[in-house]
Amino acid sequence: MTVYEVFRQERKGQPFQHAGALSAPDPAFAEVYAREQYGRRQESVALWLVPRDAIEELGDFVDELGRTYHRVDGYPLKEKLKEARERAAARAG
Amino acid sequence: MSAREQEFLAYVQDGGQVETGDWMPDEYRAKLIKFIEMHGNSELMGVLPEREWILRAPTLQRKLALTAKVQDEVGHAQLIYRVVEDLGKPRGACLDDLVSGRAKFHNVFHYPTKTWGDVGVIAWLVDAAAIISQKALLKCSYAPYARIMKKICWEESFHILHGRDVVLTLMNGTDEQRELVQEALDRWWGPLMQFHGNPISRDEDPMYLWRIKSQGNEEARQGFLDGYVPQIWELGLTVPDPKLRKRDDGVWEYSEPDWSELRHVVTGHGPRTAERLDLRRAARESSAWVRQVVLAEAA
Repeated sequence: MTVYEVFRQERKGQPFQHAGALSAPDPAFAEVYAREQYGRRQESVALWLVPRDAIEELGDFVDELGRTYHRVDGYPLKEKLKEARERAAARAG
Repeated sequence: MSAREQEFLAYVQDGGQVETGDWMPDEYRAKLIKFIEMHGNSELMGVLPEREWILRAPTLQRKLALTAKVQDEVGHAQLIYRVVEDLGKPRGACLDDLVSGRAKFHNVFHYPTKTWGDVGVIAWLVDAAAIISQKALLKCSYAPYARIMKKICWEESFHILHGRDVVLTLMNGTDEQRELVQEALDRWWGPLMQFHGNPISRDEDPMYLWRIKSQGNEEARQGFLDGYVPQIWELGLTVPDPKLRKRDDGVWEYSEPDWSELRHVVTGHGPRTAERLDLRRAARESSAWVRQVVLAEAA
């Protein structure tokens, strides 16, 4: 038996999302099971069936150098903005 | 508990979710298998009382709807056993344990269905009680189980409507039809009140400790009473419990459910336990050749 991961797309243009897994003896059975489990009420417009062994999972994305400069959380503007407004108001006097 | 297990426990208690390949404590894995396997068994055994009524359903539309519900429930069992398989227990082993009587399934599926009124009450109220537990599983700490619960809850909501439609049709019919519903409600109320289990505090419930469940038993029962008793009353039906009432603080009071009956039934001594397990065993044996042929051809 092969385990297949099933990804379903709910409407055209939307991302395929992981829905579950199924096990089947061959691709023909996998197709039948997937259609029955994830499509028989027209709840999907497309399915991706991927043998689990074909999936390469990557993880552990470590930010060793604390590189906040390429993320939005690296730019806390609140304090600076407050100060700038106060300065502008003072200048306008 | 080791430091690593403590850390894991704190992680799930903080709302963290776990994937199949992640490290997990052995105890957590064992609890997951026990809980999810029982759910799978219940889906599979739950179709047997309803299956008995496909040929006796009053109209073609009802036969089709009931057949579709049976197909859905068997599909849920397939999805759930797949999750159990990834945790380390093969589907074949789950089915062997089920038919040999070693594994448990929900109390409500051990009882007979006497009339078409039972079919309506099961599809409406048993499924309603089940969906209250199942909705809480959408937040399960084990993510693959939580994900398939989305599909399961989606299908269960149609089952409840189907059941309510059957009940409403009978209630709008003759006195005799209304009587069928009342009798069925009288029969099912006891098992329904036992369904969510004894009122153990959630902090003493190991399934809650590991955040496999996200609500306690009594919380689930209160949710069921709050959601459905008003719907039962508005149809002019009587709930067979003179003590049932909603207090001013919103808590429902009720007569103590028969916990010894619950224990007796779920340990394999229900009125239809043996008969239904025989049927499941016969189905497993008579379909063995199909599995052999298919697996041999695929090999």
